[in-house]
Amino acid sequence: MNNRLKTLTKGIADVSPLMVPVVPFGIIFGVIGMELGLSAPMTFGMSVIIFGGASQIVLLQLFSGGASSLVAITSVGAVNSRHLLYGAVFSEYLSHLKLIWKIILSYVLIDQAFAVSNTYFKKNKENEFKHYHLLGAGFTCWIVWQISTILGIVLGSVIPEELGLSFAISLTFLALLINDFRKLKNVIVMLVSGIVATIGYNTIPFQAYIIVAALSALLIATLLTLIRVKKK
Amino acid sequence: MIFLLKEDILNDKTKKVLSYVPSAIFPAIIFPPIFLDNTGSIDFENNPKILAAIFAIIVGYMSRSILSTIFAGLISYWFLIFVYY
Repeated sequence: MNNRLKTLTKGIADVSPLMVPVVPFGIIFGVIGMELGLSAPMTFGMSVIIFGGASQIVLLQLFSGGASSLVAITSVGAVNSRHLLYGAVFSEYLSHLKLIWKIILSYVLIDQAFAVSNTYFKKNKENEFKHYHLLGAGFTCWIVWQISTILGIVLGSVIPEELGLSFAISLTFLALLINDFRKLKNVIVMLVSGIVATIGYNTIPFQAYIIVAALSALLIATLLTLIRVKKK
Repeated sequence: MIFLLKEDILNDKTKKVLSYVPSAIFPAIIFPPIFLDNTGSIDFENNPKILAAIFAIIVGYMSRSILSTIFAGLISYWFLIFVYY
């Protein structure tokens, strides 16, 4: 029991510094949700059901742009697909767990929790309770996110526009990419994605610019991985 | 929401491509709000966000720290608004 508790608290401690930018993120989401005319329960519900900042913001953006359900779902699916990667990476450490554990851990898994738990798992493979780290990290993220969303819903229009908190959202995603800035292939993929998205924002109908940009970028990524193989 | 897959259901090649997913997705969400102004046209001159973002990238590259990147970007953004304003 002692080891479980220790691992759990380590998870909470490790993820806490990363929660700082999550708070304004959640608040912004709550504010934008209300501004768009969603009801408070609906806005909060999105945070509970989807529990993924990027996906929720994208959904809101597309909603307000008038995208169809198909585009919205596909775009959110595209944004969420990075969780497939997280699941694949973690299956090495967690595939032995019972289904209920997997469901709970999958639900609370988001980028920040993945980042810290991945580091922990790599260094602590022998710990049979290492999944408690993810539990601690994930639930911390969850609680912080829900509270921030509620704050955003309540504060609503009180926050001044000039603070540019929506820029903070862009920064958060930018920050999650910093490790990839060092790899040339990733930078190429990023540029393709960004440029296609920016041009496509106005030119591509049905607000599909995210999907198109992501697919184009992934296509380039696949090509880049193939080039490597041929050279060898 | 994700599902933890059975081990090895994704082979190495797929995992490699999947590793590019964040690089492929996030810029699509990041670039438009930074480069496009309220009317949707590209805006280079009157745009503190681009400079702030570049500064944040440099800090991120050197520090490898998520928090530093975000704070660097925010502080430079606020500073630039103050100056431009």
